[in-house]
Amino acid sequence: MGDPILSVENIKKSFNGVPILKGVDLCLNKGEIKILIGPSGAGKSTLLQCMNCLVPPDSGKFRLEERTVDITNKRELYVYRQQVGMIFQDFNLFDHLTALDNLTIALRKVKKMGKKEATARALAELSRVGLEEKTHLYPAQLSGGQKQRVAIARALTMDPKVLLLDEPTSALDPEVMGEVIDVIRNLAKRGMTMIMATHQINLIRTLADEILFMESGAVVEQGQPKVLLVPGTRSQGFCDKLDILTGKIK
Amino acid sequence: MIESFNAVKQSLPYLLQGGWITIVIVTGAMIMGFFMGLCMAVGQVYGPSVLKRVIGVYIWFFQGIPTLVLLFLFYFGLFNYIGFNINALAAVTVVLGMTTAAYQANIFKGAILLLPRGQFKAASTMGMSDFQAITGVILPQILRLSIPAWSNEFSIVLKDSALAFVLGVPEIMARAKFIASRTYQYLPLYIIAGLIYFVLTWAGVMGLAKLAKTVRIPGYANKGI
Repeated sequence: MGDPILSVENIKKSFNGVPILKGVDLCLNKGEIKILIGPSGAGKSTLLQCMNCLVPPDSGKFRLEERTVDITNKRELYVYRQQVGMIFQDFNLFDHLTALDNLTIALRKVKKMGKKEATARALAELSRVGLEEKTHLYPAQLSGGQKQRVAIARALTMDPKVLLLDEPTSALDPEVMGEVIDVIRNLAKRGMTMIMATHQINLIRTLADEILFMESGAVVEQGQPKVLLVPGTRSQGFCDKLDILTGKIK
Repeated sequence: MIESFNAVKQSLPYLLQGGWITIVIVTGAMIMGFFMGLCMAVGQVYGPSVLKRVIGVYIWFFQGIPTLVLLFLFYFGLFNYIGFNINALAAVTVVLGMTTAAYQANIFKGAILLLPRGQFKAASTMGMSDFQAITGVILPQILRLSIPAWSNEFSIVLKDSALAFVLGVPEIMARAKFIASRTYQYLPLYIIAGLIYFVLTWAGVMGLAKLAKTVRIPGYANKGI
């Protein structure tokens, strides 16, 4: 499979001498969806945050569309980050801005768009996630599911080539989880390249082109779901436990 | 009784003029402290470690020495020594400004640390520079959060401004003492002086409370911001 968009090589990170990532390699092809699973503390979140240098890795090579990115160059890093969007578990909306302004602020400051143009773009993205009625509400006035949809719309305004999703549904109650999952499925349908850490078993089974199982800072298993999710693998054992939690296996 | 009344009545305009001087000192000091404090807070949270240490020393210095000592130290000592000739009014304003800057730095720093760190991260992920994230996302929120503590600091500086009297600045307290020592009407004059301070404090605190209400973020009804 070729047409790699983003590849990272040998990402290492330790905190206070404790290695969290022990040299992870990863390559995302255009339109591909990779799903990261594994126990807490495996380094999934750190890996995702290293991929856009929110957590600067100790070492690692970054290539976006065949171009090597020098992450030590601030200007280059800012441009790189625009193209690698990120969705957080706890949304991280800007609390002092309306849903609409959460989207326009980066359009105006980073993309230097005019007010009209930015507003039009923001409204288009908000209506795509079904929030055209909520544009003038503040984050504190939105439900968790709505906040996460605003956050996704916000990331999309930058026209990212890749989206990193760090447990996007973990902070949501079951009733609103569905609306966020629908938005993610829609993104997949439109061909968005994504890498997502999640424990949402049906997302893992139905969306993943490839599953990466992480443990103690390394990818220990990796493959297509039909190859990997067979009895005896570490991944299958993990997914079985998720099934037990959701009541599918007793 | 009538004598007291007359003394107060005659001296009131003179005392109120002193109020203007107090207002000039406090406004100048608070504005200076605001900008210095904000810069120091941002430096202490986001700056390199050398800068953090320098700012830390500054804050300890001004927090650890009584304002009266600082006034003498700077006005009669340091300013004289380096040939920095300013009048007493400007000296008081600058020294109070430098002092409140230390306290305001702590107010703003506390507010920055209170804010969920994820918002800065989210701004970064969209390609905003650190400067854009700080000015566009962090500052608008921490300034709102800081209003109650800032209002507190304002009332402290307002009352500290009475120390200007020791450098001979003709503010409220100096004028009250001057007239009292001529007319011997100590009690009524100091009551009036106290009342002027009280009214100024009240007006400022009320104004800031109103500001806090105006800029409150919708949806945070019970959080006071």
